[in-house]
Amino acid sequence: MSALTVASWALIACGAFFALTGAVGLMRLPDFYTRTHAAGITDSAGAGLMLLGLLLQAESFAVAIRLVLILLFLVFTSPTAAHALAQAALQDGLKPLLGRRR
Amino acid sequence: MWLGLMLAILVTMALALTRALLGPTLYDRILAINMFGTKTVLFIAAAGFMAGRPDFLDIALVYALINFIGTVAVLKLSHYGELSPAEDLDGDDI
Amino acid sequence: MTIFTAIDVVLFAILVACALGIARLRSLYAAAMLSGLFSLTCASIFVLQDAVDVAFTEAAVGAGMTTVLFIGALALTRSRERVTLPTRSYLALAVALAAGGALLYATADLPAFSAPDTPVQQHPVTERYLLTAQQEIAVPNAVTAVLASYRGYDTLGEVAVIFTAGVAVLMLLGKVRGTTERTPSAASGGLQRHHRVLRVVSKVLMPFILLFAFYVQFHGDYGPGGGFQAGVIFAAGIVLYALVFGLNTARQTLGLVALRLLLPLGLLIYAGVGVATLLLGGNFLDYNVLATDPVHGQHLGILLVEAGVGITVAAAMILLFYSFAGRGVSR
Repeated sequence: MSALTVASWALIACGAFFALTGAVGLMRLPDFYTRTHAAGITDSAGAGLMLLGLLLQAESFAVAIRLVLILLFLVFTSPTAAHALAQAALQDGLKPLLGRRR
Repeated sequence: MWLGLMLAILVTMALALTRALLGPTLYDRILAINMFGTKTVLFIAAAGFMAGRPDFLDIALVYALINFIGTVAVLKLSHYGELSPAEDLDGDDI
Repeated sequence: MTIFTAIDVVLFAILVACALGIARLRSLYAAAMLSGLFSLTCASIFVLQDAVDVAFTEAAVGAGMTTVLFIGALALTRSRERVTLPTRSYLALAVALAAGGALLYATADLPAFSAPDTPVQQHPVTERYLLTAQQEIAVPNAVTAVLASYRGYDTLGEVAVIFTAGVAVLMLLGKVRGTTERTPSAASGGLQRHHRVLRVVSKVLMPFILLFAFYVQFHGDYGPGGGFQAGVIFAAGIVLYALVFGLNTARQTLGLVALRLLLPLGLLIYAGVGVATLLLGGNFLDYNVLATDPVHGQHLGILLVEAGVGITVAAAMILLFYSFAGRGVSR
């Protein structure tokens, strides 16, 4: 196993860890606005690290450029979607949970 | 190792689906389904690498775009009540 | 149990959970989005079965356009399911169980997966499609070779079906009305500010989406892709533009006149290639006569018919969206 493969699997493992953490957070956190943070973790840290790890294992330039494009699109679209979602929820009157839930 | 990665992604997808089925408000559901979509992108990319067929990445790219468009559509509808409200652009072209 | 079997089991479990959710959820917005999720899971299963073109089309159409169209239909009706009293019909349950049981019993008779003695493996046409296609057509993607050349007549029928669907929607939903101009109020001014991020990002993404549609169209010979997928992705790009900037702006960019011209144009190109081959002395849709070298003739024929498919599919999808979105306000 070369150093590149080890580094790649280390990155993929970190990405999988973050994805699982975010998913658990999605289930456990109490409020919609806190859940957007959890979902954002899976999209940015989880997906980003996993794609970087796969990039180190790419066989050809075509594969590498496609992975970079997927990463770029995810970087553009998932924060925008999260922002639009939170914006719409706020305008619709969904109140964030402040203080302890009774 | 690939099995571990796929299982992690699948568990994430299953948890997102649970939130989509449970989530008390509509926005919880939209959030969970958006997350499911991006995890599917990762699943396709990992499946492509595992099977040694890197042309699956085109499909992953399409999902990433389609997921975004679907989320925007649902937000527009649930917010405005219709898909295309009359928006007068205020003229600041960026 | 191999890895693939385990992953398949989990994916099918997700499918079942999704279906149960769609049936039970009261909020129809969530049900529409879950149906998109269902299509994504189906597409993942297709990817695992190595059916890449089908997965591509399922993702683009099922998860993208169909979700948007369902949501557009929800704008015209109520958004929560009406509460009905649960009735019990034991006769219906018995009929459903009997029919399902009969189907399951019939599937026990199917040959095992990838067994070597099924008609698909034995028949000489399979060998023709998979092996001699490389000499006759020389297109690396076997699916495109079969779809556009060997079974080109069938694909002509499919394009005609899509054209008919577009025409039917236009007839049923009538004239596409623009949305009424509302007096700008303080609320709408404020909303402009709030949606700035979405507008900027969509403006940046649009050229890439459209370019990607063209890439999928022309790369269909070498990898997954082709006319159908490219048309749907192009339509999805225009849908994004219409969603973010308004239907009127989108109609100024790509208006009804152009779309009503493009919708039959694709079908005309496809059938026109067939007529051209007739006039050049071959059979209908026999691409060998289109150029001096048969292989070049095949390439030219496939290029033209895939372009026809892409044009009609894109125009039909965009017209469908315009018709739904231009309808008006929900209750």
